[in-house]
Amino acid sequence: MKIVALAGSIVGSKTKTAMLKTVEMLKQKYPEHEVILLDLAEYTVEFSDGRNYFEYGGDTKYVTETIMAADALIIGTPTFQASIPATLKNIFDLLPVNAFRDKVVSSVVTAGTAKHYLMVEQQLKPILAYMKAHIVPTYVFIEEKDFLRKKIVNDDILFRLERLVEDTVLTVEAFESIRAKKDEEYDF
Amino acid sequence: MEQYRINPSKGMEFGLYSLGDHIPNPITGERISAGQRINELIEASKLAEQAGIDVFGVGESHQTYFTTQAHTVVLGAIAQATSKIKITSSATVLSVSDPVRVYEDFATIDLISDGRAEIVAGRGSRVGAYHLLGIDLQDYEEIFEEKLELLKKINEEDHVTWQGEFRAPLQNAHILPQPKNGSLPIWRAVGGPPASAIKAGHMGIPMMLTTLGGPAINFKHSVDAYREAAELSGFDSKSLPIATTSLFYVANTTKEALQGMYPHINGGFQAIRGGGYPKQQFAQAPDTRDALMVGSTQQIIEKILYQNELYGMQRFMAQIDFGGVPFEKIMKNIEIIGNDIIPAIKKYTAK
Repeated sequence: MKIVALAGSIVGSKTKTAMLKTVEMLKQKYPEHEVILLDLAEYTVEFSDGRNYFEYGGDTKYVTETIMAADALIIGTPTFQASIPATLKNIFDLLPVNAFRDKVVSSVVTAGTAKHYLMVEQQLKPILAYMKAHIVPTYVFIEEKDFLRKKIVNDDILFRLERLVEDTVLTVEAFESIRAKKDEEYDF
Repeated sequence: MEQYRINPSKGMEFGLYSLGDHIPNPITGERISAGQRINELIEASKLAEQAGIDVFGVGESHQTYFTTQAHTVVLGAIAQATSKIKITSSATVLSVSDPVRVYEDFATIDLISDGRAEIVAGRGSRVGAYHLLGIDLQDYEEIFEEKLELLKKINEEDHVTWQGEFRAPLQNAHILPQPKNGSLPIWRAVGGPPASAIKAGHMGIPMMLTTLGGPAINFKHSVDAYREAAELSGFDSKSLPIATTSLFYVANTTKEALQGMYPHINGGFQAIRGGGYPKQQFAQAPDTRDALMVGSTQQIIEKILYQNELYGMQRFMAQIDFGGVPFEKIMKNIEIIGNDIIPAIKKYTAK
């Protein structure tokens, strides 16, 4: 299983901190799976201009092709103006329609205030649903006060992240078995 | 209909078209050479003619996995290799070419073929041609409308005086050579959603509509919107032909057809669009109501007649070579089309 953890912002440290922790948990719990962290701050990604994702070059090609090759994607996003950052939306815009078909997508979200706790429901999930993702229903919402000097200091968050990691992997397995069962019916 | 060289009393026309895609055969992993691919297309046009197929089309795409970028040259060769079958583009990406040159090319093909050439002009669903040929995608909409209007004008007028934004003006220009009978059938290539169909209607130009898959009824909106727009702009919609197109694979049984097509449609979509064709959706495709043309001979006949009733189109165009389909499978499809499908369709649609 190939799992990509995406840190969707090019500024700030909270989302990156959360994704580093997520990746650490993934590697510890599932050493047999391949885990790749894509921190958008480390790449120069072009704005989407209508080309197919594989027709770009450089970082844009690498980032989009890595996402397209994944079985599961864990998206880490901060909250900017009550929504996801433009850098993350650009990744979605670069990908084809139905890009997340047969992929599991789960979310980790950071925000400066608890008032944003529904942002994922209102802003991110509709996009993921449109792109045909198998969405892991629960997500981990992390506030400013849960971090101290680039560490997560709230045990509740750590437990929730552990559950998210498990749920993501188990959901991939569940949908793999559903697909296998469906494919058995088809003789082509 | 006559000016478009269509005679409805003879029944609905059946055509083949190719995008000239050039991907490895997903079953063997091997890719034939570009030369072999092009020569097999020319060979297929001869077989199509022998099988009684009415039209043969070749389109252009300017990027990886395609081989008929110079589609007019291939059509010229087909004009030479055949004697009865109509020859069309499928489509010509008019936005990246000069309408004068396009007209000269197709008028020449019309002369070589003794009056069998047609143009299907489109905007292109892949953007490769724009980057390669230096056309700004910002002008995507406007450039096509302007160029199509000019192409239509060249077709209708002996001496053309014209001025526009994307090409040098024409002052009483006589475009030569003239096609055999003075004009060519010119169609507009239209994708799924109605917006482009409405533009075709307003222009009073025949429409070739892609119906690549999913419920056939979904494309009915585009057909209705096209006719309505034509009427609103003062054209008689009954005098404007419609063609529809779909990916196509026929075999003796449903199972054989599904097994024969799936690796190609899936591999082709993977290569060209970056995502495969979902099996669950493909499994639904043999249903009469689904637009994707895959199934047994009888299922295909029922699908085409159902669509004919739904859309009232004058022509159906099948794409039988998408996704690295080997030539023996192409030959087999042409054989079944000629022996069984065309006679059945003509029988029901001829007046």
